[in-house]
Amino acid sequence: MSILKAVDVCKSFQGNMAVDHASLDVEEGKITGLIGANGAGKTTLFNCMSGYYHATSGKIVYKETEVQHKTAQQLCHMGVARTFQIAKPFGMLSVLENTVVGGFNRAKNRNEAYDAALESLKLVGLLDKKDTLALLLNTGEQRKLELARALATKPEVLLLDEVMAGLTPTESAEMVKLVSKVNESGITILMIEHIMPVIMKLSNKIYVMERGRMIAEGLPEEVAENPKVIESYLGKGLEVEAC
Amino acid sequence: MKTNKLETVTLIILLSIAIVVPFFFGRYLLSVAISVLIMALLGQSWNIMSGYAGQFSFGHAAFFGIGAYSSSILYIDHGISPWIGMIVGMIIAALVGVLIGFLSFRYKLRGDFFALVTLAFAEILRVLFNNTKALKGAGGILIPYKTKWTEFQFASDRTFYFVLLAMVVAATVFIAVMSKRKFGICLVAIKENQDAAGALGVPVLKYKLIAMAISAAIAAMAGTFYAQYYGFIDPAIVFAASISVEAIVPCIIGGAGTLGGPLLGALIIIPLQEISNSIFEEVNGLNMIIYGTLIVIFVVFCRNGIYGRIIRKLKGAES
Repeated sequence: MSILKAVDVCKSFQGNMAVDHASLDVEEGKITGLIGANGAGKTTLFNCMSGYYHATSGKIVYKETEVQHKTAQQLCHMGVARTFQIAKPFGMLSVLENTVVGGFNRAKNRNEAYDAALESLKLVGLLDKKDTLALLLNTGEQRKLELARALATKPEVLLLDEVMAGLTPTESAEMVKLVSKVNESGITILMIEHIMPVIMKLSNKIYVMERGRMIAEGLPEEVAENPKVIESYLGKGLEVEAC
Repeated sequence: MKTNKLETVTLIILLSIAIVVPFFFGRYLLSVAISVLIMALLGQSWNIMSGYAGQFSFGHAAFFGIGAYSSSILYIDHGISPWIGMIVGMIIAALVGVLIGFLSFRYKLRGDFFALVTLAFAEILRVLFNNTKALKGAGGILIPYKTKWTEFQFASDRTFYFVLLAMVVAATVFIAVMSKRKFGICLVAIKENQDAAGALGVPVLKYKLIAMAISAAIAAMAGTFYAQYYGFIDPAIVFAASISVEAIVPCIIGGAGTLGGPLLGALIIIPLQEISNSIFEEVNGLNMIIYGTLIVIFVVFCRNGIYGRIIRKLKGAES
């Protein structure tokens, strides 16, 4: 059953179609992957689905409700959380305070918010850094914090925008484990990722975007063998372009 | 945690000094101390909206002037005690703050553009008050000297000092409590990254407007005090851009978005200004030159202010 879907979504910036009639289904309880070359429109579609942008046309449906006019804040209350491609820690707040900002989303009181924050910090393994100022974290820790904050909002669907970007192979492997752990705890995930082995391993279903359009969808193996996808990533056989 | 304790202890020591000191001060030093506290109060007001919530205001004179004029007009024309006038002024200033905020944020003004809107509002009010007869025009308002505490007038400057000190302490305690609670934490999140805060479910617009309302109300409180203490106001004084600057400077020097920054800033600037004024008596506007130089130095070399830098160092060392 799909919990969040984009139906025929377009998003144009001054006539430039960044997302062109793209549709996507996120199945409940699963991990859905979204891949594509740089500038394919993945993040734009993502932004439309998380309420950060409003789609020019088309529908975003969350649990049978149309949500294309909702703001990010409203969607977060409804249970759709996201992380950003570039980690955006609140530098002058401690790691715990950063996370508690997310915790307040559903908590009825202070204690509940702090409990939610501590719980998600424990899950991502940042508990021992809870009193550190966020600006003192390294990239890997910042990514984890980004994830912890989103988790503290107690989402049902989590949109991850390149959580592996800038991580070392070790950190990356850790993050893969973390993402599966989050998914096993019952949270549906939609993720954008560039690192193919990662997305192939994690996703139950993959969507491929190119120039704003959805060019393929299916199981990871199917997508990997799809000629259109190979072309989009590696280019056409004999075409030589001046560069 | 240690840093927080150290901060509390430091501020309590500072408060005890502030309580004892006026008994050793003569008229002149007491008036300097009052200037320090007025600047500290304005600074704390600015600190909430611009230091914590990151919505840079260039026009705090608007709120200061509204406070000064509300209580004074109510007092002169209707005989209403300035204490009540102060509260009315705070409410009006808060409403004006919300109005400015709503209009600006509704049209997605951020950063410098928002700062320009606040500057424009303060200027509009100055011109409006200057040219409106019902608001006493350019002549301003002279407040009769009565020395009755029910009318916010005291025989001794020392009492004025303690009333003002109580206001500064109240504002500081408010910020201390706020910064540890949901509201304060979310304000900092909004300052650091509004979009990320929104994505975590923080009601960005609502919180920004509340911060503006509180900030405006405190500035209005300072305005009423100013009117009652100096006994004379006119649009060129209370709506002046220099008042807005006085709200900003202590925060920049001390550290915006820190509890004690504006207090420290005011403690440094006013004495410095007094000293330079007495040394270079014949040079008019030297204090402005000092402001300018200090701001440039701090913006370039010490972005977080003195207090902010110390706090950062301590917190960094702690973890």
